[in-house]
Amino acid sequence: MKKFVITFFFLIISNSINITSFSAEKAAQPMSPGWSFKGFFGTFDRASLQRGYQVYTEVCASCHSMKHLSYRNLAQPGGPEFSKEQVKIIASQFEVRDGPNDDGEMFDRPARPSDNFVSPYSNDKEAAAANGGAYPPDMSVLVKARKGGADYIYSLLLGYDEPPEGISLDDGVYYNKYMAGNKIKMSNPLSEGIVEYADGTQATEEQMAKDVTTFLSWAAEPHLEERHKIGFRAIIYLIIITILVYFSMKKIWSRVESEV
Amino acid sequence: MSDHDYTPSSKFGKWFNDRLPLLTLGKHLTDYPTPKNLNYWWTFGGILTFCLITQIVTGLILAMHYVAHADLAFGSVEHIMRNVNYGWLIRYVHANGASMFFLAVYIHIFRSLYYGSYKSPREIIWILGMIIYILMMAAAFMGYVLPWGQMSFWGATVITNLFSAIPFVGESIVTWLWGGYSVDNPTLTRFFSLHYLIPFLILGLVVLHIWALHVPGNNNPIGIDLKKPSKDTVPFHPYIVIKDLFALLIFLIVFAFFVFYSPNILGHADNYIEANPMVTPAHIVPEWYLLPFYAILRSVPDKLLGVIAMFGALFILVILPWLDTSKTRSAIFRPLYKQFYWFLVADVLILGYVGAMPAEGIYLLVARVATAYYFAHFLIILPILSRKEKVLDVPLSITEPVLGGAVSASAVRQRKDKL
Repeated sequence: MKKFVITFFFLIISNSINITSFSAEKAAQPMSPGWSFKGFFGTFDRASLQRGYQVYTEVCASCHSMKHLSYRNLAQPGGPEFSKEQVKIIASQFEVRDGPNDDGEMFDRPARPSDNFVSPYSNDKEAAAANGGAYPPDMSVLVKARKGGADYIYSLLLGYDEPPEGISLDDGVYYNKYMAGNKIKMSNPLSEGIVEYADGTQATEEQMAKDVTTFLSWAAEPHLEERHKIGFRAIIYLIIITILVYFSMKKIWSRVESEV
Repeated sequence: MSDHDYTPSSKFGKWFNDRLPLLTLGKHLTDYPTPKNLNYWWTFGGILTFCLITQIVTGLILAMHYVAHADLAFGSVEHIMRNVNYGWLIRYVHANGASMFFLAVYIHIFRSLYYGSYKSPREIIWILGMIIYILMMAAAFMGYVLPWGQMSFWGATVITNLFSAIPFVGESIVTWLWGGYSVDNPTLTRFFSLHYLIPFLILGLVVLHIWALHVPGNNNPIGIDLKKPSKDTVPFHPYIVIKDLFALLIFLIVFAFFVFYSPNILGHADNYIEANPMVTPAHIVPEWYLLPFYAILRSVPDKLLGVIAMFGALFILVILPWLDTSKTRSAIFRPLYKQFYWFLVADVLILGYVGAMPAEGIYLLVARVATAYYFAHFLIILPILSRKEKVLDVPLSITEPVLGGAVSASAVRQRKDKL
């Protein structure tokens, strides 16, 4: 009976990983290109992050905000690691509303590294109105906000297709294999060569999808590398101290006739 | 503690101890005679104390940076994750700490069920424990609301709406709980306030829980009363301290894996979407540790009865010492109870599983059967077992089975119930 319960328990655990996947009945299982940031020692591919930022800023950012990030984050360790000078230049390309000044007036000025990413729309309503009623979600934590995470975002970007027979789409609605219900209001954002990478990498759809998803994964989890590094040390430390405590315990308990 | 004649060696110690007997208390805690045959299931009391302290300490730090406002809460959590030094670590420890706390408390409760630790003379310990458990669920639920994500908002809406099932005054009570006509800023601020308060109530109850434990002393795997101190006991320090520490470290390794390598696996992705009253998530699911009760709630077609069943499932645990009246504590000597114990474990796991599934079709049917069985276990099976079960012979002391091998007839106390 005990064995049965234990087996059953593991069955539940293994099943529960897919526990919420039922909501996406018709959506295909996401594919994975293999991410460098997964696993115990996972780190981001620096070049991919920088390319990903380029895709984000040139393609996604025209509709999607990323309001929880600041330009200075682009220079911090574990991220795209642009130089401080580069970040100043990047920031200065955006305009932010500041004020009031001493005359009590609001004014526009170039963004500084300490400013948050400038949003493409001034509010959610405007964003929705400009996009056929569908509000383009903020991308700061998008990877963590979707079941399937990076795999899902990557697949979705490459999942555009002609609708199969019998499915009719309204104006401004597109067919996507990986979207729940297969209908998405975002048109296919990527096409070959839509950005020109400075490092000479071929801007194929797969490459851009991978780069921008890497960038979004970092944006959602900017301390991932640090977390992996500290985690490894913490667990090694715990294992060593556990072994020491185990032998101390054996020694102490050897004074009494009882097992531990 | 009055049985302790302890005199501190230093003059100042004596002066102090005469006025506030803290040193006597310390002596009592280190000398506390503990059964020497406790297995590792008994280490979860210490682990739980650690969990509570961890939650309070990390929570204190989070509260320094968190902003309890419907427009700012989500952003302030992101601020903690991104800009606060090691904020990500503190938040992930706090969020996963809640899950680890519940994992440990479930093991602790099921240990008590297996070894009959809730029975006389430990009923008060058990009831205090149940109150702690209920407060833990309240604290965890309110804590889950604070990040103000989609699951926070809709979970709060669903759970607070339960009170609308109360006849006549239900709607008014819900409005009163919300501080308005929907879950909104007033709801968030009061949840934050209560989330801050409850852990300290729990801390107080834990002190009472341990105090009540130190009156009869620990139960033990064979569930017999011990002479204390005797050959069957060891002093709490260093024996139990080092053993609890060892178990805690193993627990911490598991904890660390969650925090550092899959910090979001126990949460729901939707909670990283900022709360939006205009968009309902496809499926509203509570945190895993509340799923069995969620399943019970949904398995009853009537809302009021469902709420009664859910709270009844908890209340029934409180009165457990009077439902199971068998004099034999440990399941080791109760062959039938042991079987039904494992059925109950399976039943609760099934309830947890179907609680995460949509309430329809086969899942609903399974939930109903499992709910019925849950109540049957406590209300029918246990009272019958207490009267009819043929229990095995219970040894007189711990030393007997350990040293003696075969237990001699003279050393055996017959504990068969007279029918």
